[in-house]
Amino acid sequence: MPQMSLVEYLDIDGPGAPRLIASECVGCGARYFDRRNACASCSHTEFRSVDVTPEGVLRTFTIVHFAAEGVTVPFVAGVIDCDGTPVRGNVVNVPPDPEHVRTGMKLRLTTVPLDRDENGVDAVGFGFEPIG
Amino acid sequence: MTDNVWILGIHMTAFGKHRDKDTLDLGSEAVQGALLDAGVEMRDIGVMGSGNLIGDPGYGQLLQKQIGQTGIPVYNVSNACATGATALRVAIMAIKAGETDMGLAVGVEKLSGAGLLSGNKALAEGGAWARTGRFGAIANLDGRIGTETMPGVFAQIGMEYGYKYGGADFELFASIAEKNHAHSTLNPKAAYQTRFTLEEIMNDVMIAYPNTRSMCSANCDGAAAAVVVSEAKLRTLSLEQQRRAVKISASVLTSDPWQPGCQVLPDINTLTRQAATTAYEQAGVGPEDLDLVELHDCFASAELVHYDNLGLCEPGGAVDFFKSGATWRDGRLPVNVSGGLESKGHPVSATGIANIWEVATHLRGEAGDRQIAGAKVGLAHVIGLGSACGVHILEKAA
Repeated sequence: MPQMSLVEYLDIDGPGAPRLIASECVGCGARYFDRRNACASCSHTEFRSVDVTPEGVLRTFTIVHFAAEGVTVPFVAGVIDCDGTPVRGNVVNVPPDPEHVRTGMKLRLTTVPLDRDENGVDAVGFGFEPIG
Repeated sequence: MTDNVWILGIHMTAFGKHRDKDTLDLGSEAVQGALLDAGVEMRDIGVMGSGNLIGDPGYGQLLQKQIGQTGIPVYNVSNACATGATALRVAIMAIKAGETDMGLAVGVEKLSGAGLLSGNKALAEGGAWARTGRFGAIANLDGRIGTETMPGVFAQIGMEYGYKYGGADFELFASIAEKNHAHSTLNPKAAYQTRFTLEEIMNDVMIAYPNTRSMCSANCDGAAAAVVVSEAKLRTLSLEQQRRAVKISASVLTSDPWQPGCQVLPDINTLTRQAATTAYEQAGVGPEDLDLVELHDCFASAELVHYDNLGLCEPGGAVDFFKSGATWRDGRLPVNVSGGLESKGHPVSATGIANIWEVATHLRGEAGDRQIAGAKVGLAHVIGLGSACGVHILEKAA
């Protein structure tokens, strides 16, 4: 079945997939996941693609119980420190409650199946799941 | 110093549901109240800063048609929740630049029943996947890659503080809301004036852990306006006007400087720290000199981090500072004696002037039952996500 990643920075079929690919400023090393005209830190305009470590530590989280229409709740949203690169993502494959989700827990990148479009292409997202 | 700018008059409408009033009614009430309080008229005003986010982009001119069209320049400003403070900065800067000696700022919002103010507005879904936007996304990201809701964003900001320094748990955040709701019982202008027990707050509807409903700012209607004047002009006015005038010892607006983390989660800390540092330098006072603080408690989890950002406690010491009871109205440094955004309410564009009204009212000794006795110096802080931070330090007339 054909697949497509939710965002451009998620690689689901290259070597080492799944992996997140950041855009790193050649001038100062600042990393971004969205397209930038220039670096927000040093204003350089050249970027290179770098792999983000697919494991990290949960720096912070919230358990969202109330969201816009179409968003499935509850879910865990957080920021994962992947070897120095902060990554926004959901914490998945864990019950969404404060007994099971704690700051400081170790997580690894995983894929999350999403919807299928009218051409039968499956969208694939990502999340972070507990290690061990 | 002859270039100080003073608050000559200031007014805040009651916050809450104003079913029979539109934004122009609310704005008119605030401006007319501020002019009356100042003892001046529209024709005395040389510049106007105006903020209304959820409304007409030309709100300032529409309001002039209700209160007096005198041909003065209007600056319609937009800076999220810091819009009111930004409008005030415009009037202050015009006076400091010597363009006029008296200015007006107004902020107005009608938000009753507005619900969540962000999330999932990016993409309409359906059809074949197609990449769009700066992430090359094929579907809405809210809920799939983190959250874009404000309760969720600010929850993470509070939880991150807990991760760094420890001690910030659900009960602690709820205790902050308990304080602010208790304070609001003395504020007749607050949207909600009900005290809740810690248990009631913790058992309230969960919005985004650890923020329950009563730990979130209240969407409501309201307006606030201020008349500001140069010191030279003030000295020509009546002794009564001079006695009630409040000195703006510092007026600072910042945006967030680059930080690695702020690319994925808004950083409300760095810009607040910079604004506070600059404000204390401008005013020549320190946090230890403050008699009261109104800070941007858009969520209970946000109030905690701003104790630290504003230097009210030792770095990393916000939890112990709160637990000491310092920020209750009978504590060492009362914070949000108005009830804060959680209880007084948060009509977005009005907030950055309403917090100044609260502080000014205490400095004038006119705060009634909730007066902080002998208040001489106060600080008002506001944050607009994106981000913008306004900090004003006010001093009682000598």
